[in-house]
Amino acid sequence: MTLKTPSELNALKASLVQAVSDKVKILVSLGTCGLAAGGAKVFDAITAALEEPEYDDKFEAVSVGCMGLCYCEPTIELRDNSGKAIIYGKVKPEQIPAILEAGLEGAAEGATQVERTWYYPEDEENTNNALQAKVALRNTGRINPERIEDYILRDGYQALAKVLTTMKPEDVSQTVLDSNLRGRGGAGFPTGKKWQFAAAQPKGQKYMICNADEGDPGAFMDRAVLEGDPHAVLEAMTIGGYAVGADTGIIYIRAEYPLAITRLRIAIDQAREMGFLGKDIFGSGFNFDIELKYGAGAFVCGEETALIHSIEGKRGEPTVKPPFPAIQGLWKQPTIVNNVETYANIAAIIRKGAAWFKTIGTEGSPGTKVFALAGKINRVGLVEVPMGTTLRDIVYKLGGGINKDRNFKAVQIGGPSGGCIAAKNLDTPIDYDTLKAIGAMMGSGGIIVMDEDDCMVDIARFFLEFTCDESCGKCTPCRIGNRRLYEMLTNICHGKGTPQTLVELRSLALVIKDTALCGLGQTSPNPVLSTMTNFMNEYEAHVNERRCPAGACARLIRFTINEKCIGCGVCAKNCPEDAITGVTKKRHVIDQNKCIKCGVCFQKCKFQAIDKQ
Amino acid sequence: MSCDCCKKEKALEKLMRLEPEKTSQLVAFIDSLPLGQDIDVNRGHLIETLHKAQGIFGYLPQEVQQVISERLKITRSEIYGVISFYSYFTDKPIGRHKISVCCGTACFVKGSMRLVDEFKKQLNVQEGETTADLKFFLNVLRCVGACSLAPVVMVDDKVYGKVTPEMVSEILAEYQD
Repeated sequence: MTLKTPSELNALKASLVQAVSDKVKILVSLGTCGLAAGGAKVFDAITAALEEPEYDDKFEAVSVGCMGLCYCEPTIELRDNSGKAIIYGKVKPEQIPAILEAGLEGAAEGATQVERTWYYPEDEENTNNALQAKVALRNTGRINPERIEDYILRDGYQALAKVLTTMKPEDVSQTVLDSNLRGRGGAGFPTGKKWQFAAAQPKGQKYMICNADEGDPGAFMDRAVLEGDPHAVLEAMTIGGYAVGADTGIIYIRAEYPLAITRLRIAIDQAREMGFLGKDIFGSGFNFDIELKYGAGAFVCGEETALIHSIEGKRGEPTVKPPFPAIQGLWKQPTIVNNVETYANIAAIIRKGAAWFKTIGTEGSPGTKVFALAGKINRVGLVEVPMGTTLRDIVYKLGGGINKDRNFKAVQIGGPSGGCIAAKNLDTPIDYDTLKAIGAMMGSGGIIVMDEDDCMVDIARFFLEFTCDESCGKCTPCRIGNRRLYEMLTNICHGKGTPQTLVELRSLALVIKDTALCGLGQTSPNPVLSTMTNFMNEYEAHVNERRCPAGACARLIRFTINEKCIGCGVCAKNCPEDAITGVTKKRHVIDQNKCIKCGVCFQKCKFQAIDKQ
Repeated sequence: MSCDCCKKEKALEKLMRLEPEKTSQLVAFIDSLPLGQDIDVNRGHLIETLHKAQGIFGYLPQEVQQVISERLKITRSEIYGVISFYSYFTDKPIGRHKISVCCGTACFVKGSMRLVDEFKKQLNVQEGETTADLKFFLNVLRCVGACSLAPVVMVDDKVYGKVTPEMVSEILAEYQD
């Protein structure tokens, strides 16, 4: 069925609304993490239970994308049409009968109920003072991503209809510019401005690209959107195509995301069938189609010029800007590269207007940001909060605090290009500008929480190792400079650093920042610089005292036996190097020359008689 | 006096002789692409062709590279440049089961390096190597986006979450065929 006019879309939506049953929906989160945690078994258990007529009358099972509650997958939500809902986490197939029995009347016995911490600014008031506001994730975890009808029911493709039939291309770019939506891929460039640049180029072949090469370790929000709400990206790319005068869209996606690829393919086919992609969309004379291109595992391809070269079938090496891709990009034609999350905001901005969008977030960075919370935190998952939320709220209120009640040390934000934020900045409201001011960067929005057991020098070394692996090798500062930084950090971690090493480390980091060719290279020293700013005492302990305060750098650890030793001999028996000697029932001793710091004695001792320093 | 070039077996013929089914699959795929005389257009299809070829053959041996080079009219050196640039592509045969230990930040802080060491010890290989019996290929990758399950190990398409060094032998045992 091809829809030719907005009124046909409205008619379809109305008939879909009519057809919505009053059964309670059971939404089962089946993204990659839901599936890995056993969500499919839960889904099967629900469908099996619904074969009972008594339940079949009352309930309907729906497979949805990620709800963001990764820490308690598999998760399910029971929801009726009035909005009454209960969420359960860590659901086991055998709990299903009890959950169905309880229905929406109250929590089922034995099942883990999960609090809802979000609201949807587009549909409702924030009556419960929820910390999360879901705009980009408005459908993720709420609709079946493989059914275009579900998307249409949630006002899907209304924004496209509005744009094509009532707005001029320049008005579209202007609306996006007015909303001050900034690129969610990391750098925060105003999306509307980018669109205006490309629109101002002479008519001809232009391209809209979606950057779905999410390579930051610790970031998975783009995957969640693509798996949970693929149509939102397709609709936004088409809107962008109209604004800049492009007829071809390309989604550049990681080959490591098979589920997202499958769901995108389904979505593209459905959109073509309905006439949301293809020729003469909504009878406006505007043509647009989208194809998929696969990445092949190169972090640098997240940089837009490198990404474009990769689509052209070349090595993904960046080139100097200008010319910016908006002027001269893919096949030398004007090209827009936007990130998945950026696109996920577009339809809402068009439907509700720029002024509405600006009521959320801060003045300089309106809207929301999706963060992937991971690391030593109790509630790992995906959260979407208004810009300007403090890290304390994110880590403690949404993230549930630090694992095992350890002490917070730092968060690493923005992946290998970002920085580490110390406890003293926990109360800074975060947006693009404040993060830059404290030496970090939004990046794609991965937040890795670290506790007192993590050594910041070692973390900086970890990121530099990553950058060395991923540097494309084109420019010298990045190719050789980062390698040198990595070697210096390794020396420090191995106890071979001197105070002079720290001076050289900082000076080289600053040179790389100033001279590297692309964004990857220029930001690669950030992990070093930000840890040096916030945790200089740890660097100094490594070089001056040959000590790792966190006890993470194996070569600097010393295991010793204290007076609590009762001489049971368990440590000596387990030591792989026979480094522990002593007489039964007498205090034992570790021969430091033989010790390989494996830590087995520390783990095996039942009397806390082994000290780790 | 003359050279022996004409006596040398053509890459396509050799590949056809060694792997007739896989080769025809690859050739059929390449023939379905809208290729032309314009090298730029052909280049645009190079990466998807390599994806397809690696999917069929498991890796990208020289003969496969040569066939792609001839069909797409792109030089061998350029194709090799692309293969060596992207970590997804390999020109060496890999084991039947691909073990990927995630060493993204979340997994790293939860101790994934200990898992790498354990796999190395048990399989007696280094990262990026295949065991002598061609059964396992050990690989380290950066973030599969399943950070909530950190540390994560993937064997082929199956994801194992919250893996401890003690679980390594259990995981390997699942693949004792």
